[in-house]
Amino acid sequence: MSGLHPHNGEANLLGDDCACHASLHATLERSGLISRLDPRTRILSAGTFALLVVSLNHLPTLGMAVALAVVAAILARLELRPTLRHMLALDGFMVLALVMLPFTVPGDTLISVYGLDASRQGLAQALAILFKANAVVLMVLALVGSMDTVALGQALGRLGTPEKLVHLYLFTVRYLDVLHREYRRLRTAMKARAFTMRSDRHTWRSVGYLFGMLMVHSVERSERIVAAMRCRGFDGSFPSMDEPTRFQRPDGLFALASLAGMVILMTIETL
Amino acid sequence: MAPFFRLNGISFAYDRSRPVLNDASFHLAPGEKVALTGPNGAGKTTLFHLMVGLLKPSTGTIEAFGVQRQMEKDFKEVRARAGILFQDSDDQLFCPTVAEDVAFGPLNLGKRPAEARAIVTETLGMLGLNGFEDRITHKLSGGQKRLVALATVLAMRPDVLLLDEPTNALDEATEARLTDILLGLPQAMVVISHDKAFLDRIATRRVRLDHGRLTDES
Repeated sequence: MSGLHPHNGEANLLGDDCACHASLHATLERSGLISRLDPRTRILSAGTFALLVVSLNHLPTLGMAVALAVVAAILARLELRPTLRHMLALDGFMVLALVMLPFTVPGDTLISVYGLDASRQGLAQALAILFKANAVVLMVLALVGSMDTVALGQALGRLGTPEKLVHLYLFTVRYLDVLHREYRRLRTAMKARAFTMRSDRHTWRSVGYLFGMLMVHSVERSERIVAAMRCRGFDGSFPSMDEPTRFQRPDGLFALASLAGMVILMTIETL
Repeated sequence: MAPFFRLNGISFAYDRSRPVLNDASFHLAPGEKVALTGPNGAGKTTLFHLMVGLLKPSTGTIEAFGVQRQMEKDFKEVRARAGILFQDSDDQLFCPTVAEDVAFGPLNLGKRPAEARAIVTETLGMLGLNGFEDRITHKLSGGQKRLVALATVLAMRPDVLLLDEPTNALDEATEARLTDILLGLPQAMVVISHDKAFLDRIATRRVRLDHGRLTDES
């Protein structure tokens, strides 16, 4: 997004400290085929894909689903390392269940560890879960995760998500950073008075106060925000200045391609 | 020309045992730039909120732009013509991008998207913020946030500016720039500030709020 810093001299005069709050928008639009699609196409495709994949059961088809997700990730030009980190976080979360499954599902014995039998059927189930989860997460990262957060909110709104939820989401995106800074300020103030986390009453009470104070600050801030909005004539509705995006040729082509992919998956599954 | 604001015998309390304003009176004429001073917690911000109807006084009358204002709907017009610059710009900038935030007020006033877009360009240009349209509001620096917040207020084309510690927490360069901008604006202003040098440059009259009363200092 080179358009973000059009007047660098100007920005420096005003003391630009952009870099330190860049984490929230780390997933800005990238170049590539996927970024040219209407956000709605991307959300709908990812949603349909997820629904289809969780209904599949055969390992070869699930393997193909993973392959499709990898293709989408390459088209979206996802960076390798952060993507792998996200996927590993998910797999780490499931690892215990996946290891347990072969030993708990009855069936033909595959191997025996210390007198415990691992079944072929259990292993197949574990692999199926692993493939399903990774295919869905990778596809969502490729199609939706690479989207600007605001574009995602607006697209969800146009797909019929209740307005209140969309506003809640957009306000969360806007104020998460402010809240986080408030939290860090309070935490630093506690550290400055030699507070360390221990497992005693004093720690629990202090952490309770910290979160209580954060709540109070948030409520007060929300009141000030509404006051500021009313000062500018806010009466409950958000007018928009932007021309809504339209479905265009690439959207149609992408929809066709993904439909074809999904039909193939379904056909192989039923063979 | 009639004064923009005339407040008579205003009393207000968040908590009955501790009144914030007690029989306070105030007026603001066109062209005036009034400095509003007083100790912390004296009720300076509260006075701003009373002027635009965000709070209602327990007694007293508020006349704004020549008309008595009482009900919420009376104050709608007041808020369009008297803009508050809030102390913390994070409270004021709630839209994702600068352009959307500056356009929010004009769109609420019924401007068409194309008109709003023109106002955005013009207002940002006036403050030397050309090219800031697509910047993300929460990633701006403190000084940039203050200037963009001022842009969101000026985009309403107000007759009166109510500035709540506008130079607070700004570095010298940004403060100098903001002071120059404010000196060049035609609007009548009330400025809350503890910054003596800043007030010396900008104020045409000084009013002090202490113990619930307003007294003219000059």
